[in-house]
Amino acid sequence: MEKQSAKGWLYLLPAILFLGVFMVYPLIDVFIYSFEEGYNSASQTYYGVGLYNYSYVLRDPYFLQALKNTFILVIVTVPLSTGFALLISVALSSIRTLRNLYQTIYFLPYVTNTLAVGLVFMILFKKTPYTDGLANLVIGWFGGEAIDFIDGPYWAKMFVLCVYTIWVVMPFKILILTSALASVDEVYYNAARVDGTSKWRTFVRITLPMISPTVFYLIITGFIGAFKAYSDAVALFGTDLNAAGMNTIVGYVYDMLYGNSGGYPSYASAAAIILFAVVLTITCINLLISRKHVHYS
Amino acid sequence: MTQQTDYEKTEKSARAGKRMMNALVYALLTLWALMVLFPFYWMVLTSVKSYGAYNSEYIPQLFTLSPTLENYMEAFTAVPLARYFVNTLIFTVVTTAIMMAVTVLAAYAFARLNFRGKNAAFVIFLSLMMIPSELVVITNFVTITNLSLRNTFLGLILPSVTSVFYIYLLKENFEQVPDDLYYAAKVDGTSDLKYLLKVMIPICKPTIVTIAILKVIECWNSYVWPRLVTDDENYFLVSNGIQAIRESGFGRENIPAMMAAVVSISVPLIVLFLIFRQKIMAGVARGGTKG
Amino acid sequence: MKIVLQNVTKKFPSRSKGVREDVVAVRDFSFEVPDGQLIGLLGPSGCGKSTTLNLLCGLQKPTSGRIFFGDDDVTALPAEKRGVGFVFQSYALYPHLTVLQNILFPLENLKGKDRLSKEAMREKAYEAARLVQIDELMDRKPSELSGGQQQRVAIARALVKRPRVLLLDEPLSNLDARLRLQTREEIRRIQRETKITTVFVTHDQEEAMSISDMIVVMKSGVIQQIGKPQEVYDNPVNLFVAKFLGTPPINVFSGRIDGGRLMIGGDAVLAVPGLDDQEVWVGVRPEGFVLDDNGPLCCNFSGVEVMGRDISVVSTNAACENAAIRAIISAESRVDTQKKTVRFSLNPGKVFIFDRETEARIPFESI
Repeated sequence: MEKQSAKGWLYLLPAILFLGVFMVYPLIDVFIYSFEEGYNSASQTYYGVGLYNYSYVLRDPYFLQALKNTFILVIVTVPLSTGFALLISVALSSIRTLRNLYQTIYFLPYVTNTLAVGLVFMILFKKTPYTDGLANLVIGWFGGEAIDFIDGPYWAKMFVLCVYTIWVVMPFKILILTSALASVDEVYYNAARVDGTSKWRTFVRITLPMISPTVFYLIITGFIGAFKAYSDAVALFGTDLNAAGMNTIVGYVYDMLYGNSGGYPSYASAAAIILFAVVLTITCINLLISRKHVHYS
Repeated sequence: MTQQTDYEKTEKSARAGKRMMNALVYALLTLWALMVLFPFYWMVLTSVKSYGAYNSEYIPQLFTLSPTLENYMEAFTAVPLARYFVNTLIFTVVTTAIMMAVTVLAAYAFARLNFRGKNAAFVIFLSLMMIPSELVVITNFVTITNLSLRNTFLGLILPSVTSVFYIYLLKENFEQVPDDLYYAAKVDGTSDLKYLLKVMIPICKPTIVTIAILKVIECWNSYVWPRLVTDDENYFLVSNGIQAIRESGFGRENIPAMMAAVVSISVPLIVLFLIFRQKIMAGVARGGTKG
Repeated sequence: MKIVLQNVTKKFPSRSKGVREDVVAVRDFSFEVPDGQLIGLLGPSGCGKSTTLNLLCGLQKPTSGRIFFGDDDVTALPAEKRGVGFVFQSYALYPHLTVLQNILFPLENLKGKDRLSKEAMREKAYEAARLVQIDELMDRKPSELSGGQQQRVAIARALVKRPRVLLLDEPLSNLDARLRLQTREEIRRIQRETKITTVFVTHDQEEAMSISDMIVVMKSGVIQQIGKPQEVYDNPVNLFVAKFLGTPPINVFSGRIDGGRLMIGGDAVLAVPGLDDQEVWVGVRPEGFVLDDNGPLCCNFSGVEVMGRDISVVSTNAACENAAIRAIISAESRVDTQKKTVRFSLNPGKVFIFDRETEARIPFESI
């Protein structure tokens, strides 16, 4: 038994080493950082212990801007992308011909580099002295004014960010929802048909409750993912997100850590922990709500 | 007889309604397919427009009659795109390889071996799944900086190796291999390591391949960590390369060359995806997430 | 409500690649179910009985032919407008709804003037639930019920909208043996009480025989025989029907007619005057054997199985197609277990002769 035990731990050793050094230790450390006041990364010294880092971060206009941006992003993209993915998945499940082709196409954004495709979105929406860009061309067809979506007004920038975020998260949601829809036994639909149930009622009363655990899973992961948005914004607006007014909470953390405004791991830690607390709270609220509305078989 | 025609009428209207519905469904699906494909089309299109032609288009043209490959030459010569490629390749291959070894060993320990403290260890592993990477990145950055591992492959790779989720996924798969095989092998005097290599891994190959592919995608697209620990362009990965090109590359706004670079770094993964389509989609459906 | 099927045929496009020909699930199907009767569609799996049920309820459309409910031609009518109740093999109870919500579901689908008030719906749901004796379980979820209870809920849900026709697909196949016996009596009782014309599908001949007013025996999409269970049992039209009905199954011998005598092996077992000399199949029901030391049919004795009231004598014969011959005789009869052979005479009413090629029944007059 002793030898067996040793062997078991031996097999686990590499994983424990990696996780210990790069996950467990940092986790503890980040809390310590967040309470160390006036930490200097060069001399590795600090003045005292307290909540100053948190109060600094919470009063930093850049952080508040990032907080606002992130919340708007979450509130707009999570419901829209989930609802739209549900619509597409239901449509996809109702067809036979070309289904595989559509599925393959829809999945493409998942395997592409967020930064790279973000550049394409940027040139589609950007207005330069040479060209108004394709998006503005389309707006022009409908008689609208050309807008610079990348360096222009806040709402326009937010719009592009939301559009791109939705474009990026759709593949995962469509895939998961399609397989959930496929797992609903056809016999329920037959039973509903024999009883003269309308299409809409079948969807609301049968399909939706049956896939509710999946929908709910997507909403939770959607919230978490959107709260951690960062590279989408970088792709569209460049690395200096504070200047663009389009920073996100995660972006704020990284900027505090590194780059032109960097060198403040304590502020970064405090911001990261605030983010974690927000995500945890929202997830808990989600879980509570789901108790009432989700059917787990 | 009137009854009969009545039925035929309902039948007819039902069929017409169904056809309408079908047309709507296909219209919706096609619309979204176009939305998905358009950025890809646009990047390929722009990448084959010449610099002059692109900049003289005040109204963007939806196709070009004189495609050129000069932007690709430009992309690979004006910036070290090839270097970014090689870096990403090394990073991806080494990270995935180390992760696979660590994951397979840990999953085997949890699935097959009995040892004291196993259940407690597994609970701790599971709870680590919930830790967001943003939280640990800060200390990792400090650690790597203090170890003077910035701008090295080691610094890039080491913190990217761990993945609790894949250990969990593989453990579940390992547990489906019947116990009898293990006892039979033990009776024959097979060692644990040999059993793992000769029996478990071949049987669970589909899952292992899936995990490897998912990790490759993750590595190829990773941006945040490489950005933090590299500022020497000799160690840039493609994501950072693209970002650098965006900020300063190709002089002033050479968008066709930029798009050529974007196409070049997107192609490998798209090809990989088209080859392993079924495996990747099944793997992601089983619980992969982006990034 | 009487049901009439006229020349109904259902073809499916072939699934396997390279095969152009359609698969015919149901071929030229005609029969009439009188109002208020309980009909069993009986046959081995793949015989088209489930397809027939789907055609009746409208989930599938016939390739040709017509279906009438009463005088209404419902052939083109989609399932949702046919007003049938369907009990699925797996019951198809909605797992997220309670028993009450499940039973209410069909009522809530009604629109316009057919729609009842909330109280009326509840009243009807409880009425249906009382009929199948589950009114105590209304707030449970299906997963909290036993198989038999789920079955009852499914029947209540099918009955609650007062269907013109009730259809049941393998209603007993998911129940254990004891429950099966009980439930089939229950189905019989409910059908008698509601007087709704009912069609059910089964592969279990005993089930069909025991509760049906009429059975329809099918094979490969073709009706073999329709009739009252006892009639079909006593007068099978062909070897398939004879073999399919009865437990223990009928004993089949290869035999021949020779000069007006029926021969099994070397034994002349019955006089069958007027039949031409030919090779035939001979079917003998287990209860058609009579122990008789002077009987014409000689078999090798293997053993005795006691089945309570009756005993079954097991023996073998070179000419018999079955692995063993089972003869059922009353328990009072004495069997000498020491002997190597056993001799039977045959009850002519329990002996059927079939053409060797077509397997059709050849009637005979025995003396």
